[in-house]
Order: sequence, then structure tokens, then C-alpha cells
Amino acid sequence: MAYFPFVVVAWILCAGLYGIVTSRHLVHQIICLIVAQSSTYVLLLGVGYVTGAVAPYYFDVPAHTQAVDPVVQALALTDVVVEAAVTALLLSFAIQAHKRFGTLDPQELASLKG
Amino acid sequence: MTPGQRRWVFGVAVAGLAAFYLWGLSGLPGFGNYPGPYGFAILHIAVQQTDATGVVSAVNFDYRGFDTVGEEFILFAAAAATAVVLRRLRGERERPAVDQAGDREVPPTSEAVRMVALLFTGPVMVMGWWLVSHAQTSPSGGFQGGVILATAFILVYLAGEFLVLKRFSPVALTDAVEAAGAGGFAAIGLAAVLMGRAYLYDFLPLGQMPGAVSSAGTIALISFFVGLEVAAAFILIIGEMLEQTLLIRHGGG
Repeated sequence: MAYFPFVVVAWILCAGLYGIVTSRHLVHQIICLIVAQSSTYVLLLGVGYVTGAVAPYYFDVPAHTQAVDPVVQALALTDVVVEAAVTALLLSFAIQAHKRFGTLDPQELASLKG
Repeated sequence: MTPGQRRWVFGVAVAGLAAFYLWGLSGLPGFGNYPGPYGFAILHIAVQQTDATGVVSAVNFDYRGFDTVGEEFILFAAAAATAVVLRRLRGERERPAVDQAGDREVPPTSEAVRMVALLFTGPVMVMGWWLVSHAQTSPSGGFQGGVILATAFILVYLAGEFLVLKRFSPVALTDAVEAAGAGGFAAIGLAAVLMGRAYLYDFLPLGQMPGAVSSAGTIALISFFVGLEVAAAFILIIGEMLEQTLLIRHGGG
């Protein structure tokens, strides 16, 4: 079980990538990118976990209680914000692509360059 | 490339990825045995040094505050880019959708939806501010709180009309709030530099006790500015998207 969370990471990443590769719709493809990126949350939190430790908040636990790594948690927060920003931008590109080319199929879009 | 070929190339790539991943995994300490000295060093000194009981916020807004400035400006740039990409293009104009089936009545927003949305607007707003203002004590902070604050505005849209939302959050005002939020964060860092300290040095008094709302100096102030920035950015982005669906139409005139 010591590596199970990291296997989950690989599974989520590959499921997302498979979706991106086989997608026939831009919005679906963007959601697959979100799925692939979600694997990084599991990875970050998994790397920083310490068996039996508490969350890194000392509001109601005594000081120097063993806590999990706060740095990867802060990085996960950054990750979420960046994902939201990237998703918003990609969706707005999808809106304009649909307006201009009348389709959201990546394969049809690829043949409509120009 | 046909979908079949594409899948085949993907299969080869994934096999390579899996091989390297397993190789890397074999060198990692197992789950639950985090070895890194950096996180533990911060855990040992954070509460005494900053008076913040939320060590994640201390990392975000103090120890690695410079990263967070970058993170905030990513959001700022994304909101600006969304506005640019979704601008009114040549040949488009703003008008409400024309009813395609004039003989059918448009169902009004259901009273139940309106009621629930209105009931929740106040509490959601309070909860958002609570999160924004408690970064130093509990698992909260400007980013989480800002998103929830933006949700309160979206509830206004659900309860009433898009135009009511626009009146509540005029673009010029939202733009100004977003800029003030992003600029405020950077300015706090520069203020520390002007005092001869490092960028984003926590120069405010730390308060009496760890865990108090008034503790932790600049961490609370930065969280406040981040909350403003995030809330405004999300209101702008969602407003742009709604405008695309509800107002902007193709056609001259």
C-alpha cells in the first residue's frame, strides 16, 4: 500500500491524457486537461503526507505536534488557482473558435487552419 | 492522422511514461514517510515567527510570498486575456436574444430558485469575508474566500437577471477592485523594501497571541488584497462568459 496514492496519480493522469488524445469536442478536451491536472494535487498531497500527522494548523492542537508538510499544500493551492485561470482562458478560446469555424471538433478545426 | 494511429502513438507514449514513472517511484520514500527538511523546518519556526496558526497561509503569504505574487498575477493576466479574447468582434453587436418561438411564453425564474438564491446571497458573502479575513488562523485565505465572494454575485444572477448582476458589479468598478487587489499585494512587498527589509518582509506588529484575527501582521493584510483580486477576477471572467451567451450576437447594425 505504500505506493498506492502514486498509482492513483498515474491512473488519473493517463485517463486525462487518453481523453485529450481521443476527444472529438473542445470543451470535453478542456475537461480532460482538468482531469489530467488533478493528478498533480494527489501527487503533491501524497508526497507531503506523514503517517499519523495532523493538518498544519496549530489553532487547537499543541505546538510541535507532528504535522504534514505545509509547503506542498501551499503549492496545491497555487495549482488550483492556475487551473481555474487556464480553464477560463481555454473556454473563451473555444467560444471564439466555435463562432469563427462553426465546429468544436479538434480534427475538423485542424483542417480549417487559416 | 486517423484516430486509430493516434491511439497507437498514445499507447507507445504512455508505456514510456509508465516506465519512467515506475523508475522514479522506486526512488521515492513510500507514502507517509515524507523526508523533506524544508517543510519540517517551517513547521518548527512558523508559529513563533509569524504568530499565524495556519502554517499553509504563512507559507503562502510570507515564506513563499514571492511565488504567490506570481500566482496572483497569473490570475490577473488570465482575467485580462479572457476579456480580450471575448471582446465584441467586428460584425457583432450587443442585443438580447430574440425569441425564436414568439407564441410560447418564456418561463420566469422559478420562485423556489429565486428564494433560495436570495436567502443564500447574504450568508455566502459573510462566509467569503470570514475566509478572507481568517487566513492567519484557520484553513482559509484570500484565494478560497475570494472565489466564494464571487459566488455571492453569481447567486444574484441566478435570483434575478443578468442586468441586475451588471448593476451590482459594473465592469469599471470590478476592474478597479481587481487592480487594487493585485497592486495592493505588490505594494506591501515594496513597502518592506522601502524600510530596508526583504521584499514581502512581515513588517507589521504581530499582535498579542497566535491564532487571533489581529495577529500575523502582513499575512492578514495580503490575504485581504488577494481576496479582493480573486473575487473581482472571477466576477469579470464569469461576466464575460455570460455576456457571450446572453448579449453578443452575430450580425451587422
